[in-house]
Amino acid sequence: MKPEEIIDPANRVYARPRLLTEVNTHYCPGCSHGVVHRIIAELLDEMGLEDRAVGVAPVGCAVFAYNYIDVDWVEAAHGRAPAVATALSRLSPENLVFTYQGDGDLAAIGTAETIHAANRGENIAIIFINNAIYGMTGGQMAPTTLIGQRTATTPYGRRVDLNGHPLNITNLLAQLPGTCYVTRQSVHTAPAVRKAKNAIKKAFENAMAKKGTSVVEIVSTCNSGWKMTPAQANEWMATHMTEHYPLGDLKNE
Amino acid sequence: MEEVRLMKGNEAIAHAAIRYGCDGYFGYPITPQSEVLETLEALMPWETTGMTVLQAESEVAAINMVYGGAATGKAVMTSSSSPGVSLKQEGISYIAASSLPALILNVMRGGPGLGTIQPSQADYFQAVKGGGHGDYHMIVLAPSTVQEMADFVGLGFDLAFKYRNPVLILADGIVGQMMEKVVLPPARPRRTQQQIEEQCPWAATGRHGRAHRNVVTSLELDPAKMELNNERFQRTYAAIEASEVRFAEHYTEDAEYLIVAFGSVARICLKAIEEARGQGVKVGLLRPITLWPFPKAEIDRLSKQVKGILTVELNAGQMIEDVRLASQCRVPVAHFGRMGGIVPNPGEVLTALFNHFPEAKQ
Repeated sequence: MKPEEIIDPANRVYARPRLLTEVNTHYCPGCSHGVVHRIIAELLDEMGLEDRAVGVAPVGCAVFAYNYIDVDWVEAAHGRAPAVATALSRLSPENLVFTYQGDGDLAAIGTAETIHAANRGENIAIIFINNAIYGMTGGQMAPTTLIGQRTATTPYGRRVDLNGHPLNITNLLAQLPGTCYVTRQSVHTAPAVRKAKNAIKKAFENAMAKKGTSVVEIVSTCNSGWKMTPAQANEWMATHMTEHYPLGDLKNE
Repeated sequence: MEEVRLMKGNEAIAHAAIRYGCDGYFGYPITPQSEVLETLEALMPWETTGMTVLQAESEVAAINMVYGGAATGKAVMTSSSSPGVSLKQEGISYIAASSLPALILNVMRGGPGLGTIQPSQADYFQAVKGGGHGDYHMIVLAPSTVQEMADFVGLGFDLAFKYRNPVLILADGIVGQMMEKVVLPPARPRRTQQQIEEQCPWAATGRHGRAHRNVVTSLELDPAKMELNNERFQRTYAAIEASEVRFAEHYTEDAEYLIVAFGSVARICLKAIEEARGQGVKVGLLRPITLWPFPKAEIDRLSKQVKGILTVELNAGQMIEDVRLASQCRVPVAHFGRMGGIVPNPGEVLTALFNHFPEAKQ
């Protein structure tokens, strides 16, 4: 086979999903966001939801998610995505409404909106990217930053006496009667990506079936913010992050 | 014959919203406006018109629900009172910056801080000078009667959709709480999804076969493009200033002195003016109905006719700044106001007028 034949689109076994726009993302090489975006784009296409999906973008690294996934989007103020999604879902119940939020957005500034939307059982899917750091603003402490973890605002490591404890908000959300499906996944290996895709698919199905709020936490990496190579970041995540944020379903009703 | 009802201003807002065909209301209890949410919950419009009514977890959540609802092209609103409206300022800035239509009601109470639950007009600056961050304006309507509370819901939504801009009804605790005769506007159905998509081709409704995705956002990191956005907003504001100034006048034809007052206070001033006229003193009233856009040209015109202007406000003197600017310092402009939730009577207004302009008595 000649190289030209190999790169012929017809011979590709792996291609850009139809609903992933043909632009370069602003994400760092090695970042988990690209993988999760791809999963969402694939699912919206496979599930035939392109015409009925409305995403709510956060403030944080994923603020430009609307540039990459080719469906309607609303860009929310920092932390307010679940409130915005509440209105989107209640006023257009025929649509799939999902939020895509980072740890600062969902578990710090937007804690009230997150808990109350979930407690009302809004028929939405919440995709929660937990990389334990504020990526967009330059690597400051997040509510989910681990004890001892160094960030721009915990330069000597997070200390309980100064900074409090890492917030495991997903466990909290699993306690609420409004949530129907709460799971914690990762995308650092090929099998993990497949599991994460199944989880997000279930969350989308639940939202369309009006079963209540689904929360899919993706324990993620931020190699730039963590000052690591992508491979080191994956290893550090698997070793340290999953200790405090163990993978698996917390609730599946 | 039209049916005349007796109700509070806050209740009239709720009835008018349902009759307008409002799609969604999102609110949080705070005195003195909680009757808006209470009335809507009692009327259960989701059973009749299909209107969504939701008590949010906070004013912050409520205004962001309005942002989300407005992003779908629906007619959505919220209401609150001063401390709650402060919490909404971030969301209002986003709504303005995303060119979304929305209706917001502020039934003002005395501040600053937690202040008092009694009537006030101390949020004038916040309402007309921005309130939230960035260069933006809301259209600000100031009702002085329960009838205007009812009428301004429809007017507010119409203006919001005409200009794709948030509209604020800036009421005071008196207009919200007092009961008065009102003729409610005729009921009309909510717009269909097809009508919404035709009227709002920019809305995030889901693509429904549309060739491109719709994105509702206020973010633009490229300064050259952001400046173009700002210039677009300013063109909208210029168009609003050119076409939407509203005011009412009483006894201004031969007036030698002018009182400028808005909301319920204007009615107290009208009583004071009638007393003054009884004493042979020619005083007139200008009542701005839109506080932004402000009736600058009319005040400019009247300032060439009168010898002095008194602004009467339930605050320490806020609108007076705009009156002074509009009258270009041609005549003295004085302020009389009560604060802390105190409402002056007509006699106090008249005394203030004669204190500031003693020559008026001669």
